[in-house]
Amino acid sequence: MDDLLREFLTETNESLDVVDVELVRFEQDPNNAKILDNIFRLVHTIKGTCGFLGLPRLEALAHAAETLMGKFRDGTMPATGEAVTLILSTIDRIKEILDGLERDQQEPAGADTDLIGNLERMFKQGIAAPAAPQHTVGLLVPQVLERPLRPGEASLDELERAFRETKPDPVVPKVKEPVKAPDKPAAKAPDASADKADDASDSKIAHQSIRVTVDTLDYLMTMVSELVLTRNQLLEIVRRHDESEFKTPLQRLSNVTAELQEGVMKTRMQPIGNAWQKMPRIIRDLAHELGKQIEIEMQGAETELDRQVLDLIKDPLTHMVRNSADHGLETAEERRAAGKPEKGTIRLSAYHEGGHIIIEIADDGRGLDAERIKAKVLAQGLATEAEVEKMSEAQIHKFIFAPGFSTATKVTSVSGRGVGMDVVRNNIDQIGGTIDVKSVTGVGLSFTIKIPLTLAIISALIVESGGDRFAIPQLSVVELVRARANTEHRIERIKDTAVLRLRNKLLPLVGLRKLLGLEGGTEAEMDQGFIVVTQVGSQMFGIVVDGVFHTEEIVVKPMSSRLRYISMFSGNTILGDGSVIMIIDPNGIAQAMGSAITPHAMHDEAAEAARAAASEQVMSLLVFSAGSARPKAVPLSLITRLEEIDARTIELSNGRHMVQYRGALMPLIRMSDEVRIKGEGAQSLLVFSDGGRSMALVVDEIVDIVEDRLDIQVASNIPGVLGSAVIKGQATEIIDVGHFLPLAFEDWFRRKETTVQKKTRSVLLIDDSPFFRNMLTPVLQAAGYTVTTAGAAKEALTLLKDGKGFDVVITDIEMPEMDGFQFAQALRSDPRTAKVPVIALSSMVSADDLERGRQVGFHDYVAKFDRAGLIASLKEQTAAEYRAA
Amino acid sequence: MNIHGKAADENFSEYVTATVGDQLFGLPILRVQDVFVPDRLTRVPLAPVEVAGVLNLRGRIVTVIDMRVRLGIGKQERETGAQRMAIGIESRGESYGLLIDAVGEVLKLDGASREANPVNLDPRIARVSSGIHRLEGQLLVVIDVDRVLEMSAKAMAA
Repeated sequence: MDDLLREFLTETNESLDVVDVELVRFEQDPNNAKILDNIFRLVHTIKGTCGFLGLPRLEALAHAAETLMGKFRDGTMPATGEAVTLILSTIDRIKEILDGLERDQQEPAGADTDLIGNLERMFKQGIAAPAAPQHTVGLLVPQVLERPLRPGEASLDELERAFRETKPDPVVPKVKEPVKAPDKPAAKAPDASADKADDASDSKIAHQSIRVTVDTLDYLMTMVSELVLTRNQLLEIVRRHDESEFKTPLQRLSNVTAELQEGVMKTRMQPIGNAWQKMPRIIRDLAHELGKQIEIEMQGAETELDRQVLDLIKDPLTHMVRNSADHGLETAEERRAAGKPEKGTIRLSAYHEGGHIIIEIADDGRGLDAERIKAKVLAQGLATEAEVEKMSEAQIHKFIFAPGFSTATKVTSVSGRGVGMDVVRNNIDQIGGTIDVKSVTGVGLSFTIKIPLTLAIISALIVESGGDRFAIPQLSVVELVRARANTEHRIERIKDTAVLRLRNKLLPLVGLRKLLGLEGGTEAEMDQGFIVVTQVGSQMFGIVVDGVFHTEEIVVKPMSSRLRYISMFSGNTILGDGSVIMIIDPNGIAQAMGSAITPHAMHDEAAEAARAAASEQVMSLLVFSAGSARPKAVPLSLITRLEEIDARTIELSNGRHMVQYRGALMPLIRMSDEVRIKGEGAQSLLVFSDGGRSMALVVDEIVDIVEDRLDIQVASNIPGVLGSAVIKGQATEIIDVGHFLPLAFEDWFRRKETTVQKKTRSVLLIDDSPFFRNMLTPVLQAAGYTVTTAGAAKEALTLLKDGKGFDVVITDIEMPEMDGFQFAQALRSDPRTAKVPVIALSSMVSADDLERGRQVGFHDYVAKFDRAGLIASLKEQTAAEYRAA
Repeated sequence: MNIHGKAADENFSEYVTATVGDQLFGLPILRVQDVFVPDRLTRVPLAPVEVAGVLNLRGRIVTVIDMRVRLGIGKQERETGAQRMAIGIESRGESYGLLIDAVGEVLKLDGASREANPVNLDPRIARVSSGIHRLEGQLLVVIDVDRVLEMSAKAMAA
């Protein structure tokens, strides 16, 4: 391409970007002559250059726009929104033509009569009265132009006259515009009188900077990266030889390389303002389109970051600002009603913080609608109702980043936010950044993005796992912990989930071997490993590796396109010793750990809330209706399955309702005569199974599954009903399942007794909740034990000290006055009772509890609703006692 | 003379030959960047089976594809002692190495001896082959380099 043309394109594009911004500013502040002057001159320059280069289409457009702006400038026409829109669309058209020019090296064919027509029409409307005829003294030479004059163009005669009449202007000092491409003086000629002073100083600056293509810089960066690699290799070699004469020069080389690297990186740095430049225009257009009043504030536009990073975040930023304007901010009326200023504000800010750049996008709009997001989450099956219930608002808000969350129809109108937020997050993930959202309903929403300054060279921790080495970006590494069995840093397990106690928090762990499918990775090996404590956003977790080497500056090389789908890696690199290793992507690991990690990882209110709730014995209850309108409930954990069967398959046999279920006959039990068994359609059943037998309770409708405290307030004398409790604000009957089991099979309990040991064993059951005592008693009886119950630990101690012997004691942990731990300690301190096995029941089993339980001498720990587990544990304890005896 | 030479060249294609198992294969010479001994191969966890790993070849990261796996010829018997070789190719700015058992000579073959794949050819070979050359005493399977890489893209989707 012609050098001249290329320079013209670069320059004009830059100028146009400035014009965009300035026009929007001007519209808001129409009396600011300085801004207008600036715009006017820029457009004028474009026009002049186009004429010079022989680009008639561009010239005509620029001329028409300039003419109209001239009206603004001399004050004969107000800068209406309509006029500015017209000029903006002209600028857009100019940009289109420039694109075509860049592509084909010639102006694309076509005419712009529509736009020019509009511009001229507006210009004519703007002329209120024809100017008074001008008189000039002197000889005028008639001059001829080969084409008719365009509106706003002065005839050559007039020009001539103007020159004669004008006295040399005193040079007006001009404020230098903030962003200014070094213009060619030739193109500026018409405005020269005002610009002369500037040009002199500008030309100096112009000579101090040169234009370098981005390709050249990228190439330099690649070369420097290679140099860094080579230096690392040399350092590695010298490290192995203690006495080497290379040491000193190499040290020097190393320093120079570091400086060179820094220098080259600096050339690639660009102010983030470049990515923001288009925002005012976008906001202006959106505001017009949406009929909202929006103001955009930008802070820290001068903050610099690598242009590669800048390119990658440009689109996500634009997207989020659009979202804020479109969905976040309310209309003027809504804002007034909410007592906010009519004008909504979107604030963009950027600043440096320890090797990262932080970008915030905040608006003072309505915030995220957690309820709508919840509905969406449920509708898309991203989480179950029970899970969602437990989540904090902040956790729910994070769902806007879930992949595919917004792809469903019309999320904009539904959730108020979220179009393509998953895409935004992906883009940010790609560059190793993180994004966080904070929303306060009615007050506003803010996104915080944290990204590395540069992508090319990062500091990484080199680790080993399964015999291979991997790099973990230092950016997300918080600390290193050495795992050792029998120390405070030992890896503990809840079922198969490995966790580490770290400063009174549980840190979820993931073994790198297991994650990457490498051989080995047994638990024993894991217990001797190193834990890389990693943070991604607000999520903390530990990556268990076999060994840790050192940190190294690595040059990130993209993964081969055939391997890029592996989300665990963000790239690969060549180490100092020449070998290739994979760079672990902490984001990928966080995702792989999935939502399972969040309950452990959360350090916010949610965790506290969950813990508080758990201590209050929250349980899942199935609420249903059967017979009467009063809601009924039964602990979900007692139910084996919820079934819906075709009512026609129900058979009547021997006066009882039966259904063929999984190859056997299952009796159907009605809670009362009020419950009707349907003749056709779907019949809902609650199936209870035990020891290979099943029975079903007939219900009318399954209403809901709720998590609530179970607090039976009014005991009942109706058989089959334990009492009433308030669940979700409604008085609800709590069903006694134990009552119905024998109704299905008369031998439900007896059958068991015969199969269990001849000698009946005695159990002492301690629980402050009558519900649990009532619920567990039949279960234990069914398993062949004689059961004595106590409502408090003190009462139980009295029973035990009175010499009543029990084979096993089962105790609740959370009890008033004396809890399970204290009770166990009391038992152990008395030689008479010290040997009695104690099984602890708890609705919540944390690693802390397990540990404490072991210390006070619990023999086993069983979750409160795990009936099978309890029976198994009982058998084990009584058998153990036998062996001991 | 030139004209004749050119006309003759149009009918001839040059191939870098390689053996995998007992089979002879040919890669269009224009697509072959270099031939190297794969050294210090780093395996890539979670990668498709045919990706033997990645390695550093003069500062470039090369993705190595095991042609035995790719062609379904089966893992090489251990302890053969012979060092396997790799043929370096390039695709869309990325470097790949095709891991083969041995590299043979460069053959200039007449297009007249070339035939389409027999219909009963093993599909694992057929999907990366663009034809067969009849040589004296043996057959040469022409490898379509792009298709070799294409399939790994598909395998990854699975």
